[in-house]
Amino acid sequence: MIYDMKPEDIAGDYQEIILNLFGNITRKILYTQIETPYPDGKLIVSTTDPSGVITQVNQAFVEMSGYTKDELINTPHSILRHPDMPPAAFKDLWDTVQKGSKWQGLVKNLRKDGGYYWVKATVIPNIRNGQVTGYTSVRRKPSRTKVEECIKLYPTLF
Amino acid sequence: MSHLFTISPDFSPDHISGWYIFNTWLQKQTGEAIHLQMYDNFKSQREAIKNDSIDLIYANPFDAAMLVREKGFLPLVKPVGISDEAIIAVNAKNTIEDVAYLSPGIRVAVTEDPDVHLMGMIMLEPGDLDANTVETHIYDTYVLVAKHLLRGDADVGIFLAEAYDDLSNMIKSQLKVLVRSQISIIHHSLMIGPKLAGKRNEFQSLLIDMSNDAKGKDVLEGLGFEAWIGVEDEEMEFMIDLMDTLNT
Repeated sequence: MIYDMKPEDIAGDYQEIILNLFGNITRKILYTQIETPYPDGKLIVSTTDPSGVITQVNQAFVEMSGYTKDELINTPHSILRHPDMPPAAFKDLWDTVQKGSKWQGLVKNLRKDGGYYWVKATVIPNIRNGQVTGYTSVRRKPSRTKVEECIKLYPTLF
Repeated sequence: MSHLFTISPDFSPDHISGWYIFNTWLQKQTGEAIHLQMYDNFKSQREAIKNDSIDLIYANPFDAAMLVREKGFLPLVKPVGISDEAIIAVNAKNTIEDVAYLSPGIRVAVTEDPDVHLMGMIMLEPGDLDANTVETHIYDTYVLVAKHLLRGDADVGIFLAEAYDDLSNMIKSQLKVLVRSQISIIHHSLMIGPKLAGKRNEFQSLLIDMSNDAKGKDVLEGLGFEAWIGVEDEEMEFMIDLMDTLNT
């Protein structure tokens, strides 16, 4: 279950938008222009079930997202969906992993406090006994040059 | 018939005798004839795996996918509290404080240790560096990696964190750490091959219980470990998936 974002959780001035998420979910998003830099040397790791509901997160995921582990488990991964991310990117992600392939791309993620962080994300299907049992997503620190390219490119993809 | 046991060639040289003593302990406990075969490098070890010569291996996580998915190996145990972490270091005189400011064309000193090399290259990505934009120099040991950084004929060194920490204080005082990984979930594992698969539970129980008796504890100390902890299939599959995401 994803809840609307609450003003009391937001740090700084924010804008408001309603996003349509995967699975006919709508969510009120409150977002700021405050970036949290990706920490050096860490990987953000999570797993989901085949429908994209979070089943595991590591400590770096908790720290960077601003949510508690309890708030994240059993919640759709789209809890991190930032309004600046073009829907086409996520369509490409799902089309790719559902074919059993690996997807990689730069993603701007939304924090609980309305801020954001950029990641280089890789998503792979977990194949057990020939069946897709879920997906593992690993994020690492992106290069600033690639982030700058995406800041220019993504607004053109809406 | 004797079974062949091997360990990842990136083991610490301080523990060579420890592995032979461990092998003797293992033979006594299991009643199986097991021969410990050390390989000088990953290439010759992989060749032996490819030829189905290996029955038991203390494996580098980089090789886990091949061992499980192509060769039918199963995980047994991993050492408690030990994970593989990497360090990016430069000469202390280098004014750079952040990998983001490293330039294409730099000379990167590494060992053959495949998981550390992979983690190190990931930590260089924020500087727009990859295998195509750096000059990679491979050395036999981490001491040699440090030596070449100090001499100035390498710009960046990729170290196993444990090996870096074990360098002398004099060497470390002349180096500067730019990044230390905090991944926590990449580790070596002891794995059992198809010919011994029927003995998996027996081997696993013996190894997990090893730290509960004085003799077993001494043997573990010789390896630099406190105890073994069991690794289940799904944990191994998870690590294989993780390595797969990193290997792109």
